[in-house]
Amino acid sequence: MAKRLDIKDLNLFYGKFHAVADVNLSVPPRSVTAFIGPSGCGKSTVLRSLNRMHEVTPGARVEGKVSLDGEDIYASSVDPVMVRKTIGMVFQRPNPFPTMSIRDNVVAGLKLGGGQDRKTLNEVAERALHSANLWGEVKDRLGKPGGSLSGGQQQRLCIARAIAVRPDVLLMDEPCSALDPISTLAIEDLIGELKQDYTIVIVTHNMQQAARVSDQTAFFNLRAQGQPGHLIEIDDTEKIFSNPHEKATEDYISGRFG
Amino acid sequence: MTAAVYDEVPLSPPNLSRRKLPWWAFLITAAAAVLVTWVLFELTPVYGRIIFVLVTGALYLIAQTALSVSVEGWRHAKNRLMTSLLILAMILAVLPLLGVLGYTIAKGLARFDGVFFTHSMRAVAESDPNGGAYHAIIGTLEQVGIATVIAVPFGIMVAIYLVEYSRGRLGRVVSFFVDVMTGLPSIVAGLFILALWVLALRMGNSGFAGSLALMILMLPTVVRSCEEMLKLVPVSLREASYALGVAKWITIVRIVLPTALPGIITGVMLAISRVMGETAPVLLTVFGNNVINNNPFDGPQASLPLFVYNEVLQSYDTAINRAWTGALTLIIIVLLLNLLARAIARFARVRG
Repeated sequence: MAKRLDIKDLNLFYGKFHAVADVNLSVPPRSVTAFIGPSGCGKSTVLRSLNRMHEVTPGARVEGKVSLDGEDIYASSVDPVMVRKTIGMVFQRPNPFPTMSIRDNVVAGLKLGGGQDRKTLNEVAERALHSANLWGEVKDRLGKPGGSLSGGQQQRLCIARAIAVRPDVLLMDEPCSALDPISTLAIEDLIGELKQDYTIVIVTHNMQQAARVSDQTAFFNLRAQGQPGHLIEIDDTEKIFSNPHEKATEDYISGRFG
Repeated sequence: MTAAVYDEVPLSPPNLSRRKLPWWAFLITAAAAVLVTWVLFELTPVYGRIIFVLVTGALYLIAQTALSVSVEGWRHAKNRLMTSLLILAMILAVLPLLGVLGYTIAKGLARFDGVFFTHSMRAVAESDPNGGAYHAIIGTLEQVGIATVIAVPFGIMVAIYLVEYSRGRLGRVVSFFVDVMTGLPSIVAGLFILALWVLALRMGNSGFAGSLALMILMLPTVVRSCEEMLKLVPVSLREASYALGVAKWITIVRIVLPTALPGIITGVMLAISRVMGETAPVLLTVFGNNVINNNPFDGPQASLPLFVYNEVLQSYDTAINRAWTGALTLIIIVLLLNLLARAIARFARVRG
């Protein structure tokens, strides 16, 4: 199930712009890794490169190696579609498919990825919605459009949709930035539960959130505007927030940054 | 604590209200404008109904603005003036439309009968009161139908290529030619098919030749509208689908196209409506026929615009009446197709 991610000498580009330089880090299975850092430092870009979503942007380019349990996902023989089935992603803004019902949204990955019979799909939908703590709120209106839910519910719907395809790794790009504190709490609890089965990488601007949910934290920074972002340090979350190795990390966490 | 402090600060309520004219003030202004115009027409040699309406309108606008400035101030007066002008523009835009529709209905009802929809013009003299457009309706439906069946999938595929796949020069070139084709005069499309298909390839006049010409006219409209609609589908939806491990073509077919469907249907309807009334290219390629020819692939066919054109050239009232009913039929067909398309678009989406 949960797999480990190793990133080696990763360099990311948008056209000629060098967005992120020389990232090396490892994400152990069944753990939560948080990426923190100022805006524009490339943490989302790194996250998107972990399931080959970076290359969807026109002109985007990747150098270096990302391996999933030892297999390089950027090898030429690798099918990006298979990579994304194995490494799921939840985005900053909830983005349910507007033409689909709640149930169809949850099972969209399975339905569009190859036929399964209706009964299996219904079971998967129920299980995924239970895992995302959304079942109780939507069980009576599974046929309604996904867009009819509130923002927090939509985001949990998107999480249900991502885990319905049973990925090994779940990437989350600021999943709570558009949500109120109650929905945020619900999703943080959910991350804690999902950790039992999945490897999770989460990008967040909220330092308390990183401290609450993650096992290890990676701090990214920019040397200057226009320079590529890079990884300052990665360590156990407790260590990063109490006694970081680097001065820059301490400055950022204690609010003395910039 | 703080509340007590604030209690001691003397209140100075800002003056937020304004003087406002009651609605009946404008009714009176309008009545006064009519009255003044009437007096003006009685005293001076000016006459004419259209002039009367124009003078009344101008007087009303001036009076309304003057009244509003004196009571409500400049900002509100400008607001009222612009609102009135916008309503005026709306009326001016809708009036000719309603006029055409009303006049066609009034004139077309004379021959709106069973014979018209069940008979052709075979062995019917222009002065005969009977005769019908069955052959023309069949012709138009077949020609436009075939053109739609070719142009819509073709156009949607071009639009998908432009939006989802092209990166660079080829896409820009295709896009440029689509724009050029949008402005193509319809008779040029007709001449092209006449020269290539009918004459050079010796295929002769047929409904299908007309379909080809109409297809050329529909294609750019379909491509352009589909392209715009596909561009409106948020990137986040495509990314959400990719992130689930869904292949690109399935994402396009199952996520992007359904999301853009209502807009695409509108675009297709625009294209159909545009070519439905085309006369020149049909005249050159289909040629026209007085008898029923159900086979669009063999020999000249009739079509509604051609039928109207032919009948309207005759000097008999009976023929003119047939022309009006033909025009009415054309409008009704376009209207029915529009309603059908709306119904399809409605049923295609998830109901909440």
